[in-house]
Amino acid sequence: MCAKKVTQKPGEVPTTGHSWDGIEEYDNPMPRWWVWVFYATIVWGIGYSIAYPAWPLISGATPGVLGASTRADVAAEIKRFDDANSAIKQALVDADLTTVSANPELMSFAQNAGAAVFRTNCSTCHGSGAAGVAAGGYPNLLDDDWLWGGDIESIHTTITHGIRNTTHPEARYSEMPKFGVDGLLEPQQISEVVEYVLQISGQEHDATLAAAGQTVYLDNCSACHGEAGEGDINQGAPNLSDAIWLYGGSRDDVTYTVVNARFGVMPGWNDKLTEDEIRAVALYVHSRGGGQ
Amino acid sequence: MSSPDATEPPSLYAAREPIFPRRVYGRFRNLKWWLMGLMLGIYYITPWIRWDRGPNLPDQAVLLDMAGRRFFFFMIEIWPHEFYFVAGLLVMAGLGLFLFTSAAGRVWCGYACPQTVWTDLFILVERWVEGDRNARIRLHRQNWDAEKIRKRAVKWTAWMLIAMATGGAWVFYFTDAPTLLVDLFTLQASPIAYLTILILTATTFAFGGFAREQICIYACPWPRIQAAMMDEDTLTIAYRDWRGEPRGKLHKGEIAEGQGDCIDCMACVNVCPMGIDIRNGQQLACITCGLCIDACNDTMDKIGRPRDLIGYLALTDETAERAGVPPKSVWKHVFRPRTILYTVLWGGVGIALVAALFLRSPIDVNVTPVRNPTYVTLSDGTIRNAYDVRLRNKQGSDAVFTLSVPFDAGLELELEGLSGPSVTVKANETLSQRVYLNAPRDSAAATAHRSDIRMWFEELGTTNRVHHDTVFNGRGE
Repeated sequence: MCAKKVTQKPGEVPTTGHSWDGIEEYDNPMPRWWVWVFYATIVWGIGYSIAYPAWPLISGATPGVLGASTRADVAAEIKRFDDANSAIKQALVDADLTTVSANPELMSFAQNAGAAVFRTNCSTCHGSGAAGVAAGGYPNLLDDDWLWGGDIESIHTTITHGIRNTTHPEARYSEMPKFGVDGLLEPQQISEVVEYVLQISGQEHDATLAAAGQTVYLDNCSACHGEAGEGDINQGAPNLSDAIWLYGGSRDDVTYTVVNARFGVMPGWNDKLTEDEIRAVALYVHSRGGGQ
Repeated sequence: MSSPDATEPPSLYAAREPIFPRRVYGRFRNLKWWLMGLMLGIYYITPWIRWDRGPNLPDQAVLLDMAGRRFFFFMIEIWPHEFYFVAGLLVMAGLGLFLFTSAAGRVWCGYACPQTVWTDLFILVERWVEGDRNARIRLHRQNWDAEKIRKRAVKWTAWMLIAMATGGAWVFYFTDAPTLLVDLFTLQASPIAYLTILILTATTFAFGGFAREQICIYACPWPRIQAAMMDEDTLTIAYRDWRGEPRGKLHKGEIAEGQGDCIDCMACVNVCPMGIDIRNGQQLACITCGLCIDACNDTMDKIGRPRDLIGYLALTDETAERAGVPPKSVWKHVFRPRTILYTVLWGGVGIALVAALFLRSPIDVNVTPVRNPTYVTLSDGTIRNAYDVRLRNKQGSDAVFTLSVPFDAGLELELEGLSGPSVTVKANETLSQRVYLNAPRDSAAATAHRSDIRMWFEELGTTNRVHHDTVFNGRGE
């Protein structure tokens, strides 16, 4: 401590000359190290802008001599995870789908990878919660009703090739006749068969019409939908006797379906997704509550 | 420095004035030695205390396991979802600072702040190597000859070793200390450990050796905040100018007529680690370390005058003493409604935390109803709700949990991927399990819009039984 400062009395430091209600402001000098730190940050800033991308140009920015790039970092990061996952992906491709659930590590990977694939590719139609669109023609994947089979192999085939698309030769295919539009059934017959379908699905119906509708049903519908309306997963024919309706189960909805028919389409995914991704998303869908 | 003369503009920047605190003996210096030993001891030794927790858990008494997301503190283990304990401790720390500051001023700054403790340690080393105040001033003015180079080299080396030990001790709190020590010397430790040590070594060396009071005056926000916590009854360090002034030299054999007790010996200034003169009054740079009290009392004893010309004093005492009234006792300054309120709040939070700690269940469940979709209709008309159940087993051994819902709810319970109502959670792990509740087509739960249900979780072979209330969504007819 220098003697000079010791003898300093209060008030020896000059004030700024401003006074508010008698309160004055000291004009203390800044510490010198502070200004050196300030200069150091400027030097650092110059060095930084040379070393790293900094100055904006017409297209892009100065690259910096160190070649740092956050895009390249992300690409490297993705590659690192891809490399780290390559063994387990191969294990998933080689595995028997029916026994994957017995392998916790593989199942956990498939669940997480499948969830990501589902959110990116499937949720557009089937919804982020896999509940489909009720009565809108996009099937709910959480329930126990499957048009083309709900075991893991069937789900895998459906995802791989899709349904009724023109791009995959192996796509699942079937087509319901347009009974009304093409004049295959008289309007009276359509009314009768609709009442019969309402009857076998346990809904309110006109018993007289339904009784007549049974004949119409057995002649025209039972080949695909089954004698008792149980459906046929080999042709994607829906079960008509249960509580689940892809396009709605009301009298109007069923009538519309009989008159105009329905033609739901799903793309095949084996040209967009890799086999491990298809398997992962199949296992994910299978484990949402409806898998058989 | 600056001149009051208007014709000469004051300098915008001031160089740091070096400070050479003199050795002092006394009550506050002794207290500070003890506190320094205690706090440095806690800091350096804590990571080395062992605590047996069984085979699956670390045996370090205090461990912040970032990778495992656990905080171990002796018999206490904190999981990430129990972060409220940390929040509670921070609230207690805040209230504790309010309490101490309102009662006794900047005691944190003067006795407990790491900046103060380490600076004190660095000054101690400096005194051992270079001698006391006068020797250090001489050395400071000396040219860079062999003696100065040798003394500076020894001092800086000692500082650097302390700084490295300080930075080194920090990383031991985050991983197993004995393993890390070996790894550090065999260059096997993670780069983060070396980087942390490097940064803390550099800051300790620079702040304790060179920046010292500059940190308190320019860098630290705490002096500004603390000023708001003090009131007219707060004890702080002050100079009794009504007793000391007019100050003047005391010469042997002369009777100092009309002169105050202050003999202007500069002892209070020479011992001050902040380089201020307390006789100018309480000021921002004063960390209230009490060393000037020790120095002044020493002088007062020598000249046979009463002690405490500089002492702990509140603003109300000053008014009282000037009027010739004896000041309030220390206890009356400390036990005031304000400090009692802080104590009650502090104790209340503390009791709540301890209660929460002992009421924690060794198992912990969380049930989140899946709301996308709220329910699923199955082909026979059954209404199904899905739940994401999170089960935490905070014990050192695997646990089997059996799930159930009350029978009269008429709901059937299913676990995704499992055949029974039971699931195994590994020791010290969390498990996510999807659970389904099925309500038959025409049951009350299926037709209602929403019903409240309680899910029970029992641990096999123990009396651990917890429940979680949630809802079941129906068709809402």
